[in-house]
Amino acid sequence: MYLIKRKQELNPTVTLMEIAAPEVAAKARAGQFIILRVDENGERIPLTIADYDRTQGTVTIIFQVVGGTTMKLNTMNQGEYIQDFVGPLGKATELEGIKKVAVVGGGVGCAIAYPVAKALHERGAEVTGIVGFRNKDLVILEEEFRGVCDRYLLMSDDGSAGEKGLVTDALRSLLEKGESFDRVIVIGPLIMMKFVCALTKEYGIKTVVSMNPIMVDGTGMCGGCRLTVGGKVKFACVDGPDFDGHEVDFDEAIKRGAMYRPFEQKARESACNLFKR
Amino acid sequence: MADMSLKKNEMALQAPQERNKNFDEVALGYTAEQAMAEANRCLGCKNRPCTGKCPVSIDIPEFIRQVRDGEFEEAYRTISRSSSLPAVCGRVCPQENQCEGKCVRGIKGEPVAIGRLERFVADWHNAHCTAAADKPQLNGHKVAVVGAGPAGLTAAGDLARRGYAVTVFEALHTAGGVLVYGIPEFRLPKAIVRKEIDTLKELGVEIRTNTVVGRTNSVDELLESFDAVFIGTGAGLPRFMNIPGETLCGVYSANEFLTRINLMKAYKEGSDTPIVRPKRAAVVGGGNVAMDAARCAKRLGAEEVYIIYRRSEEEMPARREEVEHAKEEGIIFMMLNNPVEILEGENHTVRGIKCIKMELGEPDASGRRSPVEIKGSEFELELDCVIMAIGTSPNPLIRTTTKGLDCDRRGCIVTLDESGKTTRDGVYAGGDAVTGAATVILAMGAGKAAAQAIDDYINNKA
Repeated sequence: MYLIKRKQELNPTVTLMEIAAPEVAAKARAGQFIILRVDENGERIPLTIADYDRTQGTVTIIFQVVGGTTMKLNTMNQGEYIQDFVGPLGKATELEGIKKVAVVGGGVGCAIAYPVAKALHERGAEVTGIVGFRNKDLVILEEEFRGVCDRYLLMSDDGSAGEKGLVTDALRSLLEKGESFDRVIVIGPLIMMKFVCALTKEYGIKTVVSMNPIMVDGTGMCGGCRLTVGGKVKFACVDGPDFDGHEVDFDEAIKRGAMYRPFEQKARESACNLFKR
Repeated sequence: MADMSLKKNEMALQAPQERNKNFDEVALGYTAEQAMAEANRCLGCKNRPCTGKCPVSIDIPEFIRQVRDGEFEEAYRTISRSSSLPAVCGRVCPQENQCEGKCVRGIKGEPVAIGRLERFVADWHNAHCTAAADKPQLNGHKVAVVGAGPAGLTAAGDLARRGYAVTVFEALHTAGGVLVYGIPEFRLPKAIVRKEIDTLKELGVEIRTNTVVGRTNSVDELLESFDAVFIGTGAGLPRFMNIPGETLCGVYSANEFLTRINLMKAYKEGSDTPIVRPKRAAVVGGGNVAMDAARCAKRLGAEEVYIIYRRSEEEMPARREEVEHAKEEGIIFMMLNNPVEILEGENHTVRGIKCIKMELGEPDASGRRSPVEIKGSEFELELDCVIMAIGTSPNPLIRTTTKGLDCDRRGCIVTLDESGKTTRDGVYAGGDAVTGAATVILAMGAGKAAAQAIDDYINNKA
């Protein structure tokens, strides 16, 4: 059992939890993920590590309430225990040799982009953070990002926070002005990562994406997380979660990600009815 | 005087049209009377050909004599001297190729039902004996076991009985390995696996779940605090055919399909794990895993379930009994067919499979006649789900994080002798991680051999 040491609502649908898991914290690196199970009947879901504290022995996760499990997790409170918590899984993000980088985050993906930006900042890289949200109520981790970015560009769909527009707009205008980066790292919705990759491909900038597909075990056993990368089938859990964004078949990943949507919908509806009673 | 009837005593089964709708155990086991009658068919051969074919060398004639005489608990003790998991082996061993395959009674008629008797003895013990196993005196040495499957659990049990403090590290949230994620409830009830694992805990074995060696910690770190390490991480990486359409939604590896059902209980009301309930499913492959997946698909309510296998039924590696049970349950066998493409329907779903017919040619390296495509014989089959059960490879997590641990081209850990000694001092390995996908009992045999070798290694070092 794993203690929830702290719970904080970051916005109406995004929650932060700090979990006591000393063995995971001891090894965690930016870009890796954990798998958790809320209770005995729970499903195993992967969540990317948002932060870790080796001395406190804690790992921070940030999740958006999308289906039955995240909804159940969100009902848990500080001081309570979750059933299972295993990691760190997957390969860490490659940071070696990066001097000037754009870290692009979209929505809850910023939770994963942040530790990457932080790790690069600590290694002395010049970090441009470009983050996007639908509106000002959904903005998360602004202070944290500002703390580790040399430049922080906040975008929102409706212009209620930062500039109005998409992260691709902000990145495009930098590139058009002749800015260059030796790496772009993008973490967010699949559709956003797809368009950022299309843009950086024009400029020939190596771009890394963090994939978070459906998985069960997270150790290479089920193959549920398979993706097509460079025409080859890869397992996100052991070959990733980071991949060369110019090689990923995003359209396929988007369709695979929708496989259990009817179940998520049903879980949401039945949970809503529970709350009504 | 032994009973010379040519047939085994029948074991009661759930009726096929009933059991293909539930996940309860198919075989119901012998009563004490049936077991004693069956035991009476054993001739008690002095040279024990059955024991010679048992990977863990159970003294079979002795335990059968004890059953015949009604000494069931004594029979359990006889089996336990050699096997850590008798209730499991009695159910899932391929006895026809092992003990029963060498039974003298099998020369004319059916062999003694050794598997059924083993199962009876273990079940009888579990039902009647509640006393906890005696904790052995500790010898002051510590051994780490990586993987809580058949190989690891056997090694752990044998080492604990010798006085070692054993810690088993398991990546999943439940111990048991393939016994819990792979083999379905209807063939091996999970309560039985839990009971066997509880027995190990009574012996003092500590099981740490949610620990992925190679990620959470490493073999090198384990060697800092343990005298030796046994690696029994199995062959968990599913293979695919690399044909078009394999990433469509509705294409599962058998591992994923079975894990969702067996480990995550997706078929049960109240489980949060989703599974797509297919209407028309095909399982590709001819092993026990393929049979398990097909029978699970049927139990999830599929109207038609096919087994597609590229050789003929004769070459199928599945146990005879599983094939017969699957047929009784309405699984349709399509032999000598090979998939060439999975056909895409709307929204990236599966609408069918395209296969080509095969014929048998010359024997290949495995000694089986190799299948050859019949040109122009392609045909399509309408489906909404395809399950790939064409084998698994060893997981790369340990080999890629342990320096000096040699592996072969297939990714299997290289062992220097029968004991499971690897190229790293103090590191032993066994089971599917060494052999590639094989059987529960062979993994147990390897765990047993390694336990002996680890005991010798530590004694020589001390």
